[in-house]
Amino acid sequence: MSAVRGLDRRKFLKTSAGLVIGFTMAPRSALLRAQTAAGVPKPPPDANAFLRIGADDRVTVLLAHSEMGQGVWTTLPMLVAEELGCDWSTIRVEHAPAAPAYFHTSYGMQMTGGSTSTWSEYDRYRQVGAIAREMLIAAAAAQWKVDPSSCHAEKGHVVCGGRKASFGQLAAAAQKRTPPAAVRLKDPKDWTILGKPTRRLDAADKAAGRAEFGLDVQLPGLLTALVARAPVFGARVKSFRADKAKAVDGVRAVVQVPSGVAVVADRFYSAKLGRDALEIEWDLGPGRDLSTDKMRAEYRALAQTPGAQAAAAGDLEAGFRSAARTLEAEYEVPFLAHATMEPQNCTVRLSEGKCEIWAGTQFQTMDQKIAAEIAGLKLEQVEIHTPFLGGGFGRRATPTSQVVAEAVHVAKAAGAPVKVVWTREDDMRGGYYRPMWLQRLRVGVDAEGSPVAWQQTVVGQSIMEGTFFAPMMIKDGVDGTSVEGAADSPYLKGTPNHRLGLHSPKTPITVLWWRSVGNVHTAFAAESMVDELAHAAGQDPLDYRRRMLKDHPRHLGVLNLAAEKAGWGRPLPAGRFQGIALHESFGSWVAEVAEVSVAGDRIRVHRVICAVDCGICINPAGVAAQMEGGIIYGLTAALHGELTFRDGRLEQSNFHDYPMMRMREAPSVEVHIVPSTEKSGGAGEPGVPPIAPAVANAIFAATGKRLRRLPFQLA
Amino acid sequence: MIELLVNGKRHVLNVRPDTPLLWVLREDLGLTGTKYGCGMALCGACTVHVDGQARRSCVAPVSSVAGKAITTIEGLADGPWRVVEGAWVAEDVPQCGYCQPGQVMAAAALLKARPRPTDEDIDAAMSGNICRCGTYQRIRAAIHRAAVPAEKNEKRS
Repeated sequence: MSAVRGLDRRKFLKTSAGLVIGFTMAPRSALLRAQTAAGVPKPPPDANAFLRIGADDRVTVLLAHSEMGQGVWTTLPMLVAEELGCDWSTIRVEHAPAAPAYFHTSYGMQMTGGSTSTWSEYDRYRQVGAIAREMLIAAAAAQWKVDPSSCHAEKGHVVCGGRKASFGQLAAAAQKRTPPAAVRLKDPKDWTILGKPTRRLDAADKAAGRAEFGLDVQLPGLLTALVARAPVFGARVKSFRADKAKAVDGVRAVVQVPSGVAVVADRFYSAKLGRDALEIEWDLGPGRDLSTDKMRAEYRALAQTPGAQAAAAGDLEAGFRSAARTLEAEYEVPFLAHATMEPQNCTVRLSEGKCEIWAGTQFQTMDQKIAAEIAGLKLEQVEIHTPFLGGGFGRRATPTSQVVAEAVHVAKAAGAPVKVVWTREDDMRGGYYRPMWLQRLRVGVDAEGSPVAWQQTVVGQSIMEGTFFAPMMIKDGVDGTSVEGAADSPYLKGTPNHRLGLHSPKTPITVLWWRSVGNVHTAFAAESMVDELAHAAGQDPLDYRRRMLKDHPRHLGVLNLAAEKAGWGRPLPAGRFQGIALHESFGSWVAEVAEVSVAGDRIRVHRVICAVDCGICINPAGVAAQMEGGIIYGLTAALHGELTFRDGRLEQSNFHDYPMMRMREAPSVEVHIVPSTEKSGGAGEPGVPPIAPAVANAIFAATGKRLRRLPFQLA
Repeated sequence: MIELLVNGKRHVLNVRPDTPLLWVLREDLGLTGTKYGCGMALCGACTVHVDGQARRSCVAPVSSVAGKAITTIEGLADGPWRVVEGAWVAEDVPQCGYCQPGQVMAAAALLKARPRPTDEDIDAAMSGNICRCGTYQRIRAAIHRAAVPAEKNEKRS
């Protein structure tokens, strides 16, 4: 990996005088350690990899995480700027190349996901800023022959008494200093940037159409390819005829790749017409029999049996025997596509000893490794350029590097630089879906309505099974992501006799993490069931939850704040009803109150009040935006989202049959943040899980009907 | 040969007449601010103005707009409607940002037709544009902000 580091360094040095603060390179042993994924070297970070200061005073922050809407383009620079003492307006931002220096501080690979970007960089990016500040101060102090402790950094300058020099003026000298072995970070009470609502640094470019996404990448001689992929999971090309495709004006080549047949052309439209003209005979294989109706019946039968034990306590059957009453219900959620607004795509240019990739990716390290294998190159010969991601939600992080791997195959076979473009239909039918889940809950309550026995059986396909992550993520037959949010649920844990069981049936369908992963289905089931228990006990759903959560202050904090801001229990406009739900995920607690009306079979969500406790909040504006977005994302799933298979084929293809929430349906969303000095949690995902049950609970309040299957249908 | 008038500039192009305008803008003219999202006029990411009206360029054959005045997001910045982009920044609208050029173009077309749109006007004009990141309420706020006369706008920001 030293070659990649070397490349970085050359790039830095080439960009002219005074440009970098030349931090010493991390020792190679540390890089190797990072590369083996065991543990990323903890502080001090290799600040050179994260920060450049130009003679023109520009401060460039390199992101170890991909900007996909969640706001790291702003949040990570805030962490640097707070410690560095630069002028916020001089900040520029770039995605980092793929290299071990940018490995996730917890996961040992360069990746974006799990709502981890901000908290996992909280120390590293602040340290980078502090190290640079100390070196700039040291350079100034040496020049002025004063004690460094008499200097301080302020708005892009080092100041000492009446003396003042800009960071740009000091950069060249600072580059020669030895970085400090340790730095002191600011006390949060002295923060001037962190914790303050800060507008996005990428907003202007994005509003003006200047932001470059993967699909926008242009290179000299770049061709466009569309791939005809298997119509059912596991199908293989038996034979194909390309004559008609090749006859289309602009088509340059038709090549077979492992995923199908690629039509390579001068432009998108030629590639599309060429692909339409392909004649392919497929060997469909067993995937042809796939049917979601059949799968649901199988899942339902499985839910009647115990499954692998994910959590258990007490004596379940004794608990049920002692119960005054037992409630039982099944909750179901369907397969879903992520449906990022930017369809999947990847650009690859192969040349002697080099593979350049442009991909909006959440998984640089994986992409680099898999591309190197396909191209027959060393890891450091694969360069990954990350443009903006037009939405991610987990879809741009496949354990197989699905999109990148295919594009490398196409470029190799075509012998030319190629951009593989997925149409919307390709994207929707390309697999890697949020799995379908069916859960059976059986809860026994005592005479006061409190649970004494809680049995939850989860049925659905494992995301981790068969992947590189399986050894870490699957323990004793339990994929932790299948039961996340249930295994540690305060309701389950608070019930003396409980058992959480898991069935992980295998199907040919490729499945993947989808914004907030297992928490969507577990929160839907638990928060619906708790509402059912409250109503069965004749208690207010808010009061009932307060009692069950009395020993969980952070749950109570968001629950009470959301209820208060929503005016829970107070009169509502005619025809409006409220439902409440809360869930902890990714280290953050979120409660939501949904205000709905029902007219005939039409459900309308008017207003959502959200309370979030994400610990120390780095950018309240960003957290609010993520809650708003998470709620709309969850509402699309609650009201519209469903993928179905019949005879092996996905029945949906585009936004007409896989609808998204639109402006006229979108509720107003109010976000309230609980002040906290606890460790930061995530923001990108935790807004999603509570919304479906909050709406289900509001629908029950409005109609007396309990909807236990997503998407909601009253008719 | 097809003659196109894009952002005030004349282009003579040798392309198939049924090629969607979107791909001519993106591939022949390098105007990549106009986005591909669905190819079926279902998401609005490809919205441009043709003779001042919002149009989905992904389903508009290039021959159908020959000689007409086409404005893309890149051309919006040169005119009075750049106020819309400013409102987008002030309301911190974008997240992933992919749909936003289309949203801005749809909003600009709305504001041309209705300088002070109501929420109902916004629902009607903007519901053809999908934002998967869920920025709708900020888009609504940004449209109202852009609709406010310039002197008030300065006071507000």
